[in-house]
Formats: sequence, C-alpha cells, structure tokens
Amino acid sequence: MSTRELFTLTNRHFKASVGIFAAIFVVTAIAGFIVLPFAQPWVQFANVWDAICSAAGVPQRAASVATPEQSKRLSEVVLTSNTLSRPSQEAIGRGATLAQRCAICHGPTGVSRADSPNLAGQYAAVIYKELHDFRTGARTNAVMSPFAVNLTDQEIADLSNYYADLPRLPAYHPTPQLPKPNIVIYGAPMRGIAPCGSCHGSLDNKTGSPWLEGQSEAYMKAQLQAFASDERRNDISQQMRNVARAMTPQEIEQAAAYYASQPPDIVKAVD
Amino acid sequence: MLVNRKLILAHFWLAFAVFGIALTLGAWQMFIRSPIGTWLSNPELYYRSLTAHGTVMGYVFPTLVAMGFGYAISEAALQQRLVGVRWAWAGFWLIVIGSIMAVIPIALGRASVLYTFYPPLIGNVFYYLGVVLVVVGSWIWVALMSVNLRIWRKAHPGAPVPLAMFANVAGSYLWAWTAVGAALELLLQIIPVAAGLKNTIDAGLARIFFSWTLHAIVYFWLMPTYIAYYTIVPRAIGGRVYSDTMARISFILFLVVAMPIGMHHTFADPQVGAGFKFIHSAFTALVTLPTFLTVFTICASVEIAARLRGGRGLFGWITALPWDNPMMLALAFSFVMLGFGGAGGLINMSYQLDTSIHNTQWITGHFHLIFGGAIVIMYFAIAYDLWPHLTGRELVDLRLIRTQLWLWFVGMIVTTFPWHWVGILGMPRRMAYFDFGDPAIAPQALSVTLSAIGGFILLASGIMFIVILARGMRAPQADAGANRFALAVHQPATVPVALNTHALWVALMIGLTLTNYGYPILNLALSEGTSVPAVYVGAQ
Ligand code: HEM
Ligand SMILES: [Cu+2]
Repeated sequence: MSTRELFTLTNRHFKASVGIFAAIFVVTAIAGFIVLPFAQPWVQFANVWDAICSAAGVPQRAASVATPEQSKRLSEVVLTSNTLSRPSQEAIGRGATLAQRCAICHGPTGVSRADSPNLAGQYAAVIYKELHDFRTGARTNAVMSPFAVNLTDQEIADLSNYYADLPRLPAYHPTPQLPKPNIVIYGAPMRGIAPCGSCHGSLDNKTGSPWLEGQSEAYMKAQLQAFASDERRNDISQQMRNVARAMTPQEIEQAAAYYASQPPDIVKAVD
Repeated sequence: MLVNRKLILAHFWLAFAVFGIALTLGAWQMFIRSPIGTWLSNPELYYRSLTAHGTVMGYVFPTLVAMGFGYAISEAALQQRLVGVRWAWAGFWLIVIGSIMAVIPIALGRASVLYTFYPPLIGNVFYYLGVVLVVVGSWIWVALMSVNLRIWRKAHPGAPVPLAMFANVAGSYLWAWTAVGAALELLLQIIPVAAGLKNTIDAGLARIFFSWTLHAIVYFWLMPTYIAYYTIVPRAIGGRVYSDTMARISFILFLVVAMPIGMHHTFADPQVGAGFKFIHSAFTALVTLPTFLTVFTICASVEIAARLRGGRGLFGWITALPWDNPMMLALAFSFVMLGFGGAGGLINMSYQLDTSIHNTQWITGHFHLIFGGAIVIMYFAIAYDLWPHLTGRELVDLRLIRTQLWLWFVGMIVTTFPWHWVGILGMPRRMAYFDFGDPAIAPQALSVTLSAIGGFILLASGIMFIVILARGMRAPQADAGANRFALAVHQPATVPVALNTHALWVALMIGLTLTNYGYPILNLALSEGTSVPAVYVGAQ
C-alpha cells in the first residue's frame, strides 16, 4: 500500500484515527462551549450563541456600568520612545533659559539649597512626568503648581532634557555616608516590597522612577508619608503607594536618611 | 554501523559541556536563594544566571542530544551512511554560533528575560537572534532525518522502518512543528521590538504562541528517552521489546496529542477563552495514554528479560534482573521519577488544582523531577551505551557509572521533593531572594536547605558523568561490535502503511493545532488595542 492510499476512506487506520480525534474534538467542544458555560449558575447568557462566544473569548463590551467619579486626578503622562530621545543642543539651551525661574528653589546648578529636590542629572523621564502631573493637577504643591500650569509640552521636554544633561553634583550639605538599612537592600519580600534600587537606579531603573541619592532627607520623608497616607497619588498603578503603605515609620526614616547621605555618582548610568 | 562518529561526538560533547556549565549555575541558584547562602543584594545577577541556565537546559542541551542521537540512529538503525554530512556540520555550527550570540548579552545583563522570554520584557536583540539560530540549526537536522529515511525507503520499498528510526523521525517532525510557535513569537513580535522597529507588543498573543511550543517541546525532550526505553534497554539487559506495534502507536500518539494541549500553560491567562482552556485540558488527559502504554510495554519487555534469565513467580522475576547493569539501573530510576513526576503532572493539568500550584516552586520542582530526573538520566544512559561505539574504546569502570547514576537519582529526589513541598505551601517561583528570618516563611528554611544540598549532589554526579566520558576517550581500544537496537518478540515482517509512515499523523497534528489554536490566535491578532508598551531590560 502506498501513501496515496493512506488518505482514503477505505483505509481503516485513516478512518479510525480521523474519526476518533474528530469525535473527541466535537465532544470536548460541546462540553466546553455549551454545557460548562450553562453549568455556572452565577453567569447569565442570553442564548446558546452568547455562551459560545463567551467561552471562545470573543471580546465583549462590558455592560455600561457608570465608572465612579474620580475625586482626584491621576497621572495622564504618555511617554513614547521618541518623546525625549536625542535632544539637540538647541533644545537643551532653551531648557537652560526656562530653568532660570526654577533656580530660586532648585539651585542655579540644579542642586537645592532648600529642601527641594536636586534636579541636576535626574532622569529626563522623571522630570517630564512630574511637570506633567503638576500641570494636570495629578500632583499638587502650593509652590510648584503655579510654575507648571502654563508650561507647554515642548517646554516640559526641553526642561527635562536640560536637567538630565547637567552633571550630578554632590548635595549641598553632604552628610557622612550611612550603611544600607535592610529595607533598602532587601526590601521586605513578605510585605511585597522590592529593594528600592530595583526601580530607583542603583540596581535597575524603571521608567519614571527618580534616583534618590543625595536628595533632601526631609523631602523624601515627607513624600513617603504623603504616599502612605494617599495624599500624593500620581504614581502609576499605585506602585509607590503600595510600597510606602507597607513600610513602618522607622523604615521610612531609615530609607530617607540613607539616601540623603549618598553621593549621586553611584547611580547607574542611563543609556 | 557508525561512520560519522566525529559528527555525533561533537554534538554530544557540546551538549554535555554546556550542560556542565548550566548545572553549575543551577546549583549556585539553589544555594544563593537558600538560607545557607548570603544574598548578594543584587537580584539582577540571579536572573542573568537563571536566563543562562534555562536557555541552555531548555533549548541547547536537549536539542543537541536529540540531534547527536538522531544521527547515530539514522546510521545504525538504517545501516546506511548519513547523507548530507556537510549540512549536518552546518547545523552544528549554527548552534555553536547561536549559543555564543545568545550568551554574550545574557552575561552582560542585557537579556535577563528568562528562557520563556516574558514579553513585554524585552532584552537585547542578539539574545533572540541567537535562539533563532539554534532553532534553525536543529531544523537542518529535521530535514536530514527525513531525507535519510526517504533514501532508505527507496532502497527498501515496503519494508518496515526500524522502530528506532521511525520514532526518531516522529520526534524530529514534532520538533519542527512545535518550534514554529516560538519562532512566530520571536520573528513577528519580539525581534521587531528588540530591534527598535516597534515599541509595543501584544503580550497575551505572545504567551499563546509560546504555549504552542512549550508543551510539545517537553515531548521533544522526552523522545530520546523513550527511544532508549524501547530500543536500547531491552537489548542491553538481554530481553526483547514486548510489542513493536505498541511502540509505534505510542510514538504517533505523541506526535498527534502533544501539540493541541499547550494552553494548559495559560489557565490563569485572561486573554484565552474558558472553552479553549477546557478543550486543551481534555486533550492533555489523552497525552497520558502513550506514557501508560510505554510503561506497560517496557515493564513487559523487562519481565521477558528476567524470565529468560530464569526469573520465576509473580514478582520474584524482579530479583533475576541484571541490577549491576547501568542500563537496568538507569531505567529503574527513570521510571520511579517518571511515576512521581507524572502524578504531579496530573495535578498541573487539572484546571482547579492548578490554581493552587500555579507559579509556585512546585512547578520548578515538577519539571526538574521529570526533565532533569527521568529524562536526563536516560540521556546519560544513551551516552554510556553509544560511547564505546563512538570512541572504539571501552567504558571500563562500571562501578563508577553506577555510583554516578545513584547520585543523580538520590540528588534529584532530595532536590525536588522539598521543592514541591514549599510550592504547596505557596512559595513563589522565579524569586531571587527570600527572607527566611520572617516568621511567615521561617519554617520553610529547612526544606529549601535540603533542596540546595540535593543540588550539590547533582552537581557532583554531573561532574562524575563528564569525567567518565572524558576517561572513556583515552581508555584502551576495544571493538564494541556492531551497534544494534533491541528486537521485538515478534519482529514485524510487514507493517500497515499508517504505522510505517508519518504523513497521517503529521496531518492530524497540524489539523488539531488549527482547531485548538486557530481562533484564539486570530482573535488576538485581529483585535485592536491588545498591545502594551515594551519594557526594556537595563534601559531607562
Ligand atoms: C544541579 C542541578 C540543578 C539545580 C540545582 C537547578 C536549579 C534551578 C533553579 C534554582 C532554577 C530556578 C527556579 C526559579 O527561581 O524559579 C532552575 C530553573 C530551571 N532549570 Fe534547573 N537546576 C538543576 C538542573 C537542571 C537540569 C538537569 C535541567 C534540565 C536538563 C534544568 C532545567 C531548568 C530549567 C529549564 C529552568 C527554568 C528556567 C526558568 O524558569 O527560566 N535544571 N533550575
Ligand atoms: Cu505542558
């Protein structure tokens, strides 16, 4: 017998094998698409076709439930790989001009003499996101918000590129370097806290997370507390709020003091 | 008749060399995340190692073993020189280049995406290109197996294809088709993003493509082991295969039902409809069939050997078996591990039970027991059996070989039993660090420590294995005689065309893939808004 005769109905192996597998498929399909959907009393189907579509995973519009009114705004930043890529010297220059009005608080070299964040050498995506959030009101601050409301998208991008371009200088009042507390190196796996450095730059950087070395202790502590109390809520998907809520007040202090004491040049370089 | 010994030896040596490296990484992983290691404070290093370990153990090592063994089978079973030797070497070098290409970005920390790729996580493009080259190299082998069988058929019209070659070619076809899923994922989805042409990816669709590969690849890993069960063990212990037909049916069943079941890996995925999950789960139940057939046939074949040696009684024959024969020992260990691992597999395939062990250490415990245990111990056995034929020298130290097999078996049990246990207690897999000082997981410290000790036993056994093979290259010359495969009790004179060719089963394999995967893939591919932004490894 040649292979040509293999695929004919006179070949009993062909008939039996195709028949058996077709039968198994049909029986399991009936069970999976019709019997089992209706066996779930908590789901209602209009008709059999509705049940089949549901079991097949056909995308369906969710019943139009009114989404609860969001009392506070959330972050609406969209960052594509082109938003901040390859800034021209000109763009950085425009950023430098605009940055003159920031210098009162953030320092003429991007290093603050008050308890405002140091911006020199901060990741561009971070500055971009925070300025956007201040502009839309997703993050508010009596001093900062008025500066941000009138910025255009282009101005925000220029400012971000300018500050990212500045060298990372040591903090204005450097303190002696402290040893790493556990919450920083290990996080707390049982409470769902990853090591800080897995997002904030010393191990890896996740887009939108700032590096923290040499920032003001008071500022970082205040931000962690604001995240923990839900007062600040511009972190996407509550990434930082979930961490801050699970931290103890003591861990918040340790982490803030540790990062404030670090020189910024240990931060991982960015491609 | 083994003519191209150098080719076969090259495959085996490369396989075992990369195996040795990956094994060391595995033992290190076990140690570093256990209570006896001091953590390095950098999870990234752990994931680098994990990516290298998984990529080598999952893709490079078993593929090379299957290829080397396949070439040996083609020459020895068909009694015919391998046709296409140059192509075979080309395939080998593609794998060498691909492996190097993949390993460099991993070592640099640019591709810590784990061997399952995990989109939307995206690593360096050379990692994926390297994996593609490995697959392309192995596809050359698939083509050569098919060509060589065709040439033999022309010379022997209508004659039954020797069982070893029939199974070998079935395994190669299974691999050719199952690799298509991951290839589509890499070529259509991941590589364009890694190369910077796109910055979003449909991660749900990518997972479906990967599941297409992920189940049947397991049976591709298993093929050399099953071929050894049927065609090496009975001969080595002085018995015969109980049924040639049963063996053929097992192999064609693997071909047909290994494919349309991969979505049992996506039970927890929201993008797959529940109906399809049910169909895949039901077909998964079928795949136990060829394994049960095999266990039955091999036990019967072993019993034949025992009775030929004068064994008596209902179970008394077991004592008559040649227990000092490494092949007997390997088979017994393999079956015990297959039994426990198979029982665990029944839990994984059950929709409801799966939820309690999904993504826990149970899963890693499970596949190490089946793959690292039941399957790899037979890879050792294959190498021991072929070595004298490949080198023309005898492996003299049988005691050392037995010790090596014992250590692997004991090491695997010590490693994987506690590994399963902590999984049931809920310990997640793929975590770089556990704080065993925390009262919530402190009680698991003992189990994890045991696993780590088992890992070192395995490492010791692996080193012994490589030493035995290396010494075998320098042993005194001895003629090993012809390399024969086991004969059946009733050696078939004719075989129905359906059991002597693969066409019908390949057609069913493809057909069932279309019915079980067609709609879910089209649905996601054609829907708008199913892509998410890529997350680049190591980039801002
Ligand atoms: C010394 C013996 C071995 C040890 C101690 C070991 C250890 C490990 C560990 C700790 C993981 C990571 C689990 C996790 O974090 O989720 C892993 C993953 C893996 N191992 Fe092993 N392994 C060993 C041998 C093997 C063998 C013999 C194989 C197969 C031939 C193998 C195949 C794999 C695969 C495919 C993965 C998955 C990688 C991934 O999840 O991305 N291992 N192994
Ligand atoms: Cu599977």
